[in-house]
Amino acid sequence: MAREGKQNMRGLRETRTTAVENLSAPSSPPAASAMTAHPTRRKILLGGFCLCCLPGAIRASDAGPFAMEEIAEGIHIRRGLDEEATQANENAIANTGFIVGRDAVLVTDPGGSLADGECLRATIAQMTSLPVKYVVMSHVHPDHIFGASAFLKDAPVYVGHARLTEALRQRGAYYREKLSALFGPEQTGTVVLPGMEIRDRAEIDLGSRIIEVTAHAPAHTVCDVSLFDKKTGTLLPADLLFVQRMPSLDGSLRGWLKTLDELKNHAAARAVPGHGPVAVDWPSAPAAITRYLTVLERDTRRAITEGTSIEAAIKTAAASERGEWKLFDDYNTRNATEAYKELEWE
Amino acid sequence: MTKFALVGALASAVLFASAAAALDDEAARTARWNELAQDIFGAKQIQQGDAKIALEAPERAEDAALVPVTISVQNPKDVKSITLVIDDNPAPVAAHVTFGPAGDPQSLKLRVRINQYTYMHAIEETKDGALYETHRFVKASGGCSAPSGSYDAEALAEIGQMKLRFLGQPQEGQAREAQLLIRHPNFNGMQRDPATQGYTPARFLKTLDVTLNGEKVLHLDSDISLAADPAITFGVTTLAKGKLAIEAHDSDNAVFAHNFDLGTGGS
Repeated sequence: MAREGKQNMRGLRETRTTAVENLSAPSSPPAASAMTAHPTRRKILLGGFCLCCLPGAIRASDAGPFAMEEIAEGIHIRRGLDEEATQANENAIANTGFIVGRDAVLVTDPGGSLADGECLRATIAQMTSLPVKYVVMSHVHPDHIFGASAFLKDAPVYVGHARLTEALRQRGAYYREKLSALFGPEQTGTVVLPGMEIRDRAEIDLGSRIIEVTAHAPAHTVCDVSLFDKKTGTLLPADLLFVQRMPSLDGSLRGWLKTLDELKNHAAARAVPGHGPVAVDWPSAPAAITRYLTVLERDTRRAITEGTSIEAAIKTAAASERGEWKLFDDYNTRNATEAYKELEWE
Repeated sequence: MTKFALVGALASAVLFASAAAALDDEAARTARWNELAQDIFGAKQIQQGDAKIALEAPERAEDAALVPVTISVQNPKDVKSITLVIDDNPAPVAAHVTFGPAGDPQSLKLRVRINQYTYMHAIEETKDGALYETHRFVKASGGCSAPSGSYDAEALAEIGQMKLRFLGQPQEGQAREAQLLIRHPNFNGMQRDPATQGYTPARFLKTLDVTLNGEKVLHLDSDISLAADPAITFGVTTLAKGKLAIEAHDSDNAVFAHNFDLGTGGS
């Protein structure tokens, strides 16, 4: 264990990307062979498998290969597995995908490991010859962003919350070590810091396609960004929205509820959750996560008011939600600990 | 307290190396404890003390960066100090608490970080100098290198804020249980900066003094094993009105002081 840890430290090759504040894609001519530049209907692209995802080369869990589903014109999403990171699943547990504009491709999120990111990159290359110009890292969690280094060769602009860099300073090496222990340093990927930092709001132009990026106050984490595709009215809140799979609280419980409340006013036609189905109705989809967080807040606040200690409170908070979520027992105690820690300061 | 100072000073160097070594068998764990006991308490004999001191902690901690620990003693009037040792943490001495006349050692609660599967020892030192220990095994890992919360400028803005509250109803002649929360990141210096390859400099709470109307309640010596935003629950012997004064020092020599007026039962 100690020896392995040392090797990881030595093998740590972090990469800082060029900080390019470039809000619009360079005006390279649109490629004629772009398969998905003008799709006419919503469809499941069964041809979207890449070689690395084909049986034989793959995740031993038999969970893959994953289909990319085109949930709205030019928006392709891969359904993440409702599992914890394992050697077999290469941490392909988050919904990841890409948006194709006239001139460029935006990736969000790049995936849970270098292997997962490479798979996404190969899939994109099969579907369009347009360049990947932007890679959005929705927040600090490894299942969403450890695939970032797979796109370094495309020299994209890496986009993230203004607090993402600091969060990665605190956690990047730790996450990398944990993932390396699962599937080896070569498959893990390196920590990539954002070159374009969002403080409030920004627009990215993919060519006849404007993607609005919003930086949120602490909610799921302290560094959440959401995307909105104006062309199709699709909201991509990443892990601000969990559907069916247990949410994990790592920012602010009250902040998350407030953010969900604000997002509900968004006139979106559909949303892409960070975990769960690739597309859900909006604004009805956040009802379940809002309920869970509200119950967690209510139970925790009651425990604090009654003088119940943290060790006792976390055993019972939000227990009524157990039947509603996949992986409930993997996250609820931790969420309750976070909630108690936050609310006891009120 | 030179032994404590020594252990603290060596924490990030010598003990880190030995703590990182895989201790996967019981003999190695016993050897580890014997070595630690020697470092901390010298040649003094430590007696098995299950009848005198109890240590509660989750068998498996869901959040290794915040593991609640409760230490309680049978004969609080005999107790001079309590020491909590997390054997395989980078800095094993998580807390050393001495009690004064206004303090009640009966129940002490702390929140700690745990870096890997480890034994945890609680040691009672009686007023006549005898030592009694109890221990338990805790399954948790990554609490020291895994940061909890955020330590950027925004998060540091509230450093040193305190909150005190009393638990339960006051009863004549009985000690009251008080919980003190202190905003402090307790950086343990083990998180790496991907840009510079350097470690975040450690900054942690070193000492805490609690007095009631000038009379000592307790003194805490601590280190990087306390969870971020340290929380301590302790007994105060009297119901006297007046001021509970808190003074905390961190490793950057910052001093955080706060007086709580007990006329209203804390704030």
